[in-house]
Amino acid sequence: MLVLVALPMVMRNPYYLGIMVFMGIYSLITIGLSLLMGYAGQISLGHAAFFATGAYTSGILTTKAHLSPLPAFLAAIVLTACIAFLIGIPTLRLKGHYLAMATLGFGQIVYVALNASVDFTGGPSGFGEIPRIALGNLVVESQLARYCLVWALVVIVLLFSLNLIHSRVGRALRSIHSSELAANAMGVNTSKYKIQVFVLSAIYASIAGSLYAHFVTFISPGSFDLEFSILLVTMVVVGGMANVWGALLGTVLLTLLPEFLRGFKDYDILIYGSTLLLIMIFMPEGLFGLVKKLRSVRGRM
Amino acid sequence: MEPILEAINLSKRFGGLVAVSDVSLKVETGEIKAIIGPNGAGKTTIFNAITGVDPPTAGEIRFKGQKLNGLKPYEIASQGISRTFQNVELFDNMSVLENVMVGRHPRTFSGLLSAVFHLPKAIAEEKAIRDDAMERLAFVGLSSSAQELASKLPFGQQRVLELARAWATDPELLLLDEPAAGLNSHEATVLADLILKIREKGTTILLVEHDMELVMDISDEIIVLNYGKKIAEGKPEEIQDNQEVIKAYLGEDFKGR
Amino acid sequence: MIGLAPILESQEMSASIILQLILSGVTIGSIYAMVALGFNIIYNSTSIINFAQGEFVMLGGMFMVSLVGPLNLPMWVAFPIAVLAVTLIGTAFERLCIHPLKMPSVLSLIIITIAGSILLKGGAMFAWGKETFSLPHFSTEKPILLLEATILPQTVWILGIIGMVVLLLALFFRFTIVGKAMRACAANRPAASLVGINVKRIVLLSFALSAAIGAIAGIIITPISLMDYERGAILGLKGFGAAVLGGLGNPMGAVVAGFLIGIVESLCAGLISSHYKDAVGLVVLLMVLFIKPSGLFGSAQVSKLKKF
Ligand SMILES: Nc1ncnc2c1ncn2[C@@H]1O[C@H](COP(=O)(O)OP(=O)(O)OP(=O)(O)O)[C@@H](O)[C@H]1O
Ligand SMILES: [Mg+2]
Repeated sequence: MLVLVALPMVMRNPYYLGIMVFMGIYSLITIGLSLLMGYAGQISLGHAAFFATGAYTSGILTTKAHLSPLPAFLAAIVLTACIAFLIGIPTLRLKGHYLAMATLGFGQIVYVALNASVDFTGGPSGFGEIPRIALGNLVVESQLARYCLVWALVVIVLLFSLNLIHSRVGRALRSIHSSELAANAMGVNTSKYKIQVFVLSAIYASIAGSLYAHFVTFISPGSFDLEFSILLVTMVVVGGMANVWGALLGTVLLTLLPEFLRGFKDYDILIYGSTLLLIMIFMPEGLFGLVKKLRSVRGRM
Repeated sequence: MEPILEAINLSKRFGGLVAVSDVSLKVETGEIKAIIGPNGAGKTTIFNAITGVDPPTAGEIRFKGQKLNGLKPYEIASQGISRTFQNVELFDNMSVLENVMVGRHPRTFSGLLSAVFHLPKAIAEEKAIRDDAMERLAFVGLSSSAQELASKLPFGQQRVLELARAWATDPELLLLDEPAAGLNSHEATVLADLILKIREKGTTILLVEHDMELVMDISDEIIVLNYGKKIAEGKPEEIQDNQEVIKAYLGEDFKGR
Repeated sequence: MIGLAPILESQEMSASIILQLILSGVTIGSIYAMVALGFNIIYNSTSIINFAQGEFVMLGGMFMVSLVGPLNLPMWVAFPIAVLAVTLIGTAFERLCIHPLKMPSVLSLIIITIAGSILLKGGAMFAWGKETFSLPHFSTEKPILLLEATILPQTVWILGIIGMVVLLLALFFRFTIVGKAMRACAANRPAASLVGINVKRIVLLSFALSAAIGAIAGIIITPISLMDYERGAILGLKGFGAAVLGGLGNPMGAVVAGFLIGIVESLCAGLISSHYKDAVGLVVLLMVLFIKPSGLFGSAQVSKLKKF
């Protein structure tokens, strides 16, 4: 918390603030994804689609329907929630590989649709001139303002998620992850909770998408492809998916990583791939799992 | 009085295999009833049919006079039927306490929104869940391991924990699938005591078990299955002397001697 | 009477268009069929869905491009070399990604093979860049007239080669010791291991084999549909659609389903809108998963067809 407040004071450079803004946007999504994957144990390889729904709904409603950002933002949340609910009902009945492929397929269908419905979305070249967010006559324009807005939302979403985790529903989600059979026998309506957390994580992604649209003011399908979905999963896994803090850690690291590897611009995909592979093989609990293990070892000594 | 559970002409096929064939059974309120039979007799299959895990191919199941057929497992659990599993199904990555807390699920209400917004009634309920679960751990003698991971418990205690978790749902009927399997004789005795104590508190028990000593000790009534068919039913003494049963357990060869 | 002639003519037209569309559907469908075969071979012996399956196809095409173009090798020399190269990559993939795992969960297997596919894709970009490559047809490009439609000689090559592959696979699984061992693994892993079959070796072999099949698919399709480093994912996804539609674990079903998806896709592109072409296979995939995850050729027949 303190770090969050102190950071922009130390770091005035708008470029770095810009990176922090993206880190915040990604965090919104990965926190939700960690609830879905790490707690409820349900993989999604299509979360870019919900990010896209948020971004395009906000973008289209504010440019073409001239709505102001806030109602558009809420409309995006409602629409995304509805889509997630409808797609979640049949999808979450599936398990393992089937679930992974179904969410992947769903993400790709949305991606194809964004490219194909040219009248609506501008097709592959996207569309621009999305207005900035204004609160009264305070326009969120500087990187600092964006930073404050995003991270305020991250903190809120994080609090909500932590509340959820330490609750009856959070426990139910973890029980589903552990043994769906036993969870059902304990009266846990597994399909209901799976859908609820799926919708919740989609809403987080939609919030992130709306912010993204208003911040960059130009969107095109390229930002919402399969690779982005996979990047999100990578962030969650690298940090350690059994924990929201892990997801946050992974997001921070993988957002910074390309910055340290400027020279390799195009090859970041190789670096993501090998990071993911090495983490899965050598520390399947992610970096956060490692931290935890070290701490317990130290505790014992 | 009406039986708490009644299964009428229950059958279950897996492809060509008839695992349970036309079995009817009644469980009276407050009794401990045991189902015994050789491996593959169809005991677990009957449990799965009652709890909705794997619905029967034919036949009707009634709980307190109400039909259970077609209900989902979680609905059946909420109605007051709980169970344990032959191959212990604990929530491995949760603590012992949390396992029992999940057991309180069907008796509590806070939903997603009240959790997310941390509403006072959710906080109060959470505390109640925790206290109740701690009490139950004390009752079964697992208080000292409350914070440990369920998977770290010795096997015998895992069986006890699973029993505590099932009992935490405040079931009217508790189905136990081989609760003593893998336990040494001391552990089995402790478990038998526990089962009797739980019955004292007003839970009816349907038990599948291979440990004959335990079965004969604690059951009021026994049903014997063989190849999916009911071959005998009666008090423990009657079953012990039943020729059909002896044959089923010892094989046809034994008949001549 | 007068008005009828143009209608008749347009009906003839549309009949030939449809025939043409079906033919091109069969062509692309045969690639989905081969990708689906690759999925099945690995799935049967390991219960893993290899998310990198599509990358093997891409790599096959890319190696061929380099061998034929810059290295100027004749087709018939380049073909086996390209297949061999991808097979080696498939073997390495298994050694590096799958082999080191002890008791992996499904989730970690999914993520691992995804990581592998990212690496292969990234490696391809590193090696070949982002361009789209073409490959000369195996023989003349002059179309052959078939009924009302024309057919490229390359399509004949493709159909011939996939026919050969299916036949060889069937013979391999039925008559060779190794093939029989793989089938035993598919039927019952613990039992196979009990009778002395080296299950780990079989896993390795199944990765090599499906990499080879993927490579062949990539090589024969590149002359028609071109190839770039990003093409693998979508081919993999549609191939998976075919594998599921045919019933996972059922190679013959996969082949039939591959052709079906190719034809539906091509008809949709031709008659409705080409924009949504890529979505068709995916929608089919989702529909099958939602409605009947055991695939078209339901569970009862699977056991029979599984025997190849
Ligand atoms: N899901 C299933 N699919 C196919 N066959 C099954 C399935 N479950 C059980 N069976 C078969 O049904 C029969 C009865 O099995 P069940 O598990 O009910 O036996 P059981 O009486 O519980 O035996 P045990 O004492 O070994 O636990 C067995 O022949 C078993 O192989
Ligand atoms: Mg059993």
